[in-house]
Amino acid sequence: MSSTTNWRWWELLLWCGAFAMPWLWAERALVINEIAILALFAVSLDLILGYTGIVSLGHAAFFGVGAYSAALFAKFVHPDPLLGLLVGAACATVLGAVCSATILRGSDLTRLMVTLGVALILLELANKFDGLTGGTDGLQGVVIAPLFGRFAFDLYGQVPATYSLGVLLLLFVLARRLVQSPFGATLVAIRDNRLRAMAIGIPVAQRLVVVYTVAAGVAGCAGALLAQTSGFASLDLFEFHRSADVMLVLVIGGTGWLYGGVLGALVFQVLQKAISSVTPQYWTFWIGLFLVVLVLVGRERLVRPWTWRFGGQRV
Amino acid sequence: MLTLLFDGIAYGMLLFILAVGLAVTLGLMNFINLAHGAFAMAGGYITVLLMQRQGWPFLACLPVAFILTALVGAVLERSLYRPMYRKPHLDQVLFSIGLTFMAIASVDYVLGSSQQILQLPEWLKGRTEWGEGAWTLGMGHYRLFIVAVCAVLTIALQLILTRTRFGSRLRAAVDDQRVAAGLGINVNVVFMATFAMGSGLAGLGGALGAEVLGLDPGFPLKYMVYFLIVVAVGGTSSITGPLLAALLLGVADVAGKYYIPKLGAFIVYSLMIAILVWKPQGLFVQRGGKA
Repeated sequence: MSSTTNWRWWELLLWCGAFAMPWLWAERALVINEIAILALFAVSLDLILGYTGIVSLGHAAFFGVGAYSAALFAKFVHPDPLLGLLVGAACATVLGAVCSATILRGSDLTRLMVTLGVALILLELANKFDGLTGGTDGLQGVVIAPLFGRFAFDLYGQVPATYSLGVLLLLFVLARRLVQSPFGATLVAIRDNRLRAMAIGIPVAQRLVVVYTVAAGVAGCAGALLAQTSGFASLDLFEFHRSADVMLVLVIGGTGWLYGGVLGALVFQVLQKAISSVTPQYWTFWIGLFLVVLVLVGRERLVRPWTWRFGGQRV
Repeated sequence: MLTLLFDGIAYGMLLFILAVGLAVTLGLMNFINLAHGAFAMAGGYITVLLMQRQGWPFLACLPVAFILTALVGAVLERSLYRPMYRKPHLDQVLFSIGLTFMAIASVDYVLGSSQQILQLPEWLKGRTEWGEGAWTLGMGHYRLFIVAVCAVLTIALQLILTRTRFGSRLRAAVDDQRVAAGLGINVNVVFMATFAMGSGLAGLGGALGAEVLGLDPGFPLKYMVYFLIVVAVGGTSSITGPLLAALLLGVADVAGKYYIPKLGAFIVYSLMIAILVWKPQGLFVQRGGKA
């Protein structure tokens, strides 16, 4: 066990590099902030999709709830970022616990539908209660107090980026601990064969509830980070394409591997910036083409270039 | 009241025609095709373009929409979809989302993102009212036409499925693919024909619904949820299940939007989640049937 749980040298190097980036490359700090948030969101999806095998098309629900609750908290109660982060995570966790009852039964299609349905319901609610959420205009006028009372969120994005990276690192470590524990091993067992997992005495339903709730909380944190660092929350947070994007991010990086979310977020953001600078309006076409080719080639092989030469061999 | 009910039924029938292909492909190949709406959009655009640019009459466009979409469906099935059947659901979802994104962006690029307007012929524009007071039944002629076409199609489908040789092959393949193949049924051809039929029906539905549902490049994503609801709630083992689910959905949606406009689609989604939590395999699945 120790060989996989120990931190390797390249991991430490990676994180040191990540934290140095906003300061070394100041003009890209805003992008780095976005990448960190997307990575956190993808890591949370990885917990349920990659490790437990629940196909969810509505993960944006928790992201959006985290963002809206953090933004509302900052606007009406207290502007402290860390408190807001906790509130965002707590709201998303509660929602996740409630929704986890809906994903226990049925086929993949059923799960797809209920997760999608929850996100759509929240989108409708956020749209209709426009007195509170600002409706289609979005929730504006969110002001966040300086971090620890000292570091103000500036426009250049260095403080936000460091803040997001810090939260990402903290939750990444916790997620890593979680998936490498015996608990994580039971999740993988459920993913690989639910019936056998049940037969050897794993409490499947309970495990699913716990992991779904945890993942919802992490996604809520990611949403809260976005709302705090951008000072804005909009209906777009609940949209279908956000759930689809995060799935794509995870698939680019590789599922069932926590660095998959981080790597995928990096590649996705760079791709998005590159493509949308060429054709701003039609970049979804290229994303779609990429998805189709990716699946036809086999997504297992994308991150393993040494398998490309053996055409058609199944991995 | 009755008018609402009638509009709801018309809407539900339309949804059924749009979604029945999805139900069959899902039941037959266990393939989650999120790109189904793209075929419907194709049918809608074919009709609109033929009418606007070539001046074809509306009725002549409908079969063309059906045939062209079915052809596209057959080609795509043979080339792209077939390798997907044995992949996990996650791959299928990603693949079909990718196709949908491509379809949306291409239509946007070629024809622009504005809403397309379908000019109905004069004889479909009127409206007939029967009865008095609260029980007035107002029927738009176009909705009446939709109900009639969809009813004919439904009966035809039911007859094909229960009375013809192709229907019995199809049912055999749905029940157990391997045994059906073992009995000498060419399952691949059955798959392709069914997929083409389903796509064609979606195209026809898109053509019929262009006026009611609105037609713009966002169509596949906007209605994807509705098609999936019909299939998830109705189950995939028969066509009566999706039909009843589509009617339920149509009436609930129209009534919900009329009586409680503030909550809009909220009611439909909550209803769907409640039903799926209660019966995860769908409302109308026979005991012992293939889930």
